Amino acid sequence: MKFNINGKTHDAEVDVRTSLLDLCREHLGLTGSKKGCDHGQCGACTMLVDGRRINSCLTLAVMHEDSEIVTIEGLGQVGDLHPMQDAFVRHDGYQCGYCTPGQICSAVGMLGEVEKGWPSHASADLTAVELSDAEISERMSGNLCRCAAYPNIVDAIREVAGKGDRQPVLEAAREIGA
Amino acid sequence: MKPFAYARAGDADQAVAEALAPQARFIAGGTNLLDLMKLQIETPAKLVDITRLPLGGITPRDEGGVSIGALVPNSDLAADPRIIADYEVLSRALLAGASGQLRNKATTGGNLLQRTRCYYFYDTATPCNKREPGSGCSAIGGVNRILAVLGTSEKCIATHPSDMAVAMRALDATIVTQKPDGDRRRIAIGDFYRLPGDTPQIETVLEPGELITAVELPPKVEGARHLYRKVRDRASYAFALVSVAGVVRMDGDVVASASLAFGGLAPMPWRNPAVEAAIVGKPATDANFAAAADALLADAKGQGSNDFKIPLARRTLIASLRELTGK
Ligand SMILES: Cc1cc2nc3c(=O)[nH]c(=O)nc-3n(C[C@H](O)[C@H](O)[C@H](O)COP(=O)(O)OP(=O)(O)OC[C@H]3O[C@@H](n4cnc5c(N)ncnc54)[C@H](O)[C@@H]3O)c2cc1C
Ligand code: SF4
Ligand code: FES
Ligand code: FES
Repeated sequence: MKFNINGKTHDAEVDVRTSLLDLCREHLGLTGSKKGCDHGQCGACTMLVDGRRINSCLTLAVMHEDSEIVTIEGLGQVGDLHPMQDAFVRHDGYQCGYCTPGQICSAVGMLGEVEKGWPSHASADLTAVELSDAEISERMSGNLCRCAAYPNIVDAIREVAGKGDRQPVLEAAREIGA
Repeated sequence: MKPFAYARAGDADQAVAEALAPQARFIAGGTNLLDLMKLQIETPAKLVDITRLPLGGITPRDEGGVSIGALVPNSDLAADPRIIADYEVLSRALLAGASGQLRNKATTGGNLLQRTRCYYFYDTATPCNKREPGSGCSAIGGVNRILAVLGTSEKCIATHPSDMAVAMRALDATIVTQKPDGDRRRIAIGDFYRLPGDTPQIETVLEPGELITAVELPPKVEGARHLYRKVRDRASYAFALVSVAGVVRMDGDVVASASLAFGGLAPMPWRNPAVEAAIVGKPATDANFAAAADALLADAKGQGSNDFKIPLARRTLIASLRELTGK
């Protein structure tokens, strides 16, 4: 089978049972994407497939022979970081770092969704999307962080989205009805 | 995961022909089927990959309404401007379900057919009539906090976990299928799911190898208000304990029409005409809303740890009706 990952063609003979995540980690040496739960519950395995963020643990490699796959390795490398990687580093958007590749791929895919005008559960008006902190939290809820680096993750994403300063905590809390 | 054969279909005829093999299953987004296959709860001998089928469009119908291809991803459906404008309850229900990543993969057809989240169904070390017919139901007398209070049987008290299907039930959706012999069927969503009875392993009226090709929605209700209210254990990324999908049209202070469907309460997206009859043609008052809740919950049966769902459903329905009627 042939796969297009991070702009390169990879050949691999794998069992049809192999998930896209295991293909990358176990067969192609792309160990940036992480396995947290292997059941779609944590987001650590998030990759961008044909421009969409998905859980790579819940899809079969064989179903993606003709897809364009981007993993954290393909987003950027040391010395040439993607703006989202750079922002996570500067805002300290992690502690142990295990969830981070998934958080970053998810955040990049998520901002693409916002650009397309896709609403979320946090949108009062489904036709006018404003990326508030409550929106970022809702849209990133598929990425769990055991270290709870959430505030800094939101800071990093807000910066890349060009939304400037942290919202006053109280205002953000009111928005989510807390 | 048990070994299986893999076949990729290019069109619906090919897909249903491939699915004639014993123990064959379609795979679309894979977000439910692969989850269950990893745990060997589902052990198909063959997977028919339908993701290349041309069933990814949302098209207006000549008779009014829209036809939603079985492969339209949940995220695209929720964000579609026509769906937001005419069927907001559907967008809201989709957005209240799963996560951004999952919605990007999950499909319209697969979402309808996702299986229960009953803990024992997932735990292969315990008896479960749905997973292993005749083995018994561990949830009755066990941990059943998330399970059903309506439509249950002595064999199974599982809930159907979909949010999308609840909105589709309120919208009177029709499921369009193609059978292996080429026959097409149009099945009203109210006839699509089956109650558990003595055979909880059979969840819908679909026949082996029958492919969902589309879901049709009737023309929108002019001037109606839409709502999807989901009550869950955390603010995001959790299944419904109770949910209400509502489409209500007012004529002054009087409820002119109402359709209400419920999630988290039953083995299928639940709808009961008596609930709507309690408010239609009448003024929007708390007394009438209470009568609607009485109608919904008249036959409700708690199982111990899910008893709380009965008062929760009552309060959620009343709050939803206040919002829907602008009270
Ligand atoms: C962590 C997690 C949280 C979730 N939270 C929610 C939630 O809050 N609310 C919610 O509603 N859902 C939730 N889901 C479930 C999710 O919505 C479903 O997994 C998804 O909708 C299934 O769609 P799919 O295309 O991936 O189906 P698949 O996994 O591909 O298929 C599911 C079933 O449908 C059959 N099938 C698929 N397409 C067809 C077709 N066209 N014709 C005939 N049969 C077909 C398959 O054979 C299989 O039996 C969650 C899932 C996960 C993993
Ligand atoms: S409620 Fe249904 S799914 Fe759950 S253990 Fe009982 S039979 Fe199985
Ligand atoms: S490893 Fe894929 S979601 Fe957890
Ligand atoms: S940084 Fe440790 S899990 Fe997120």
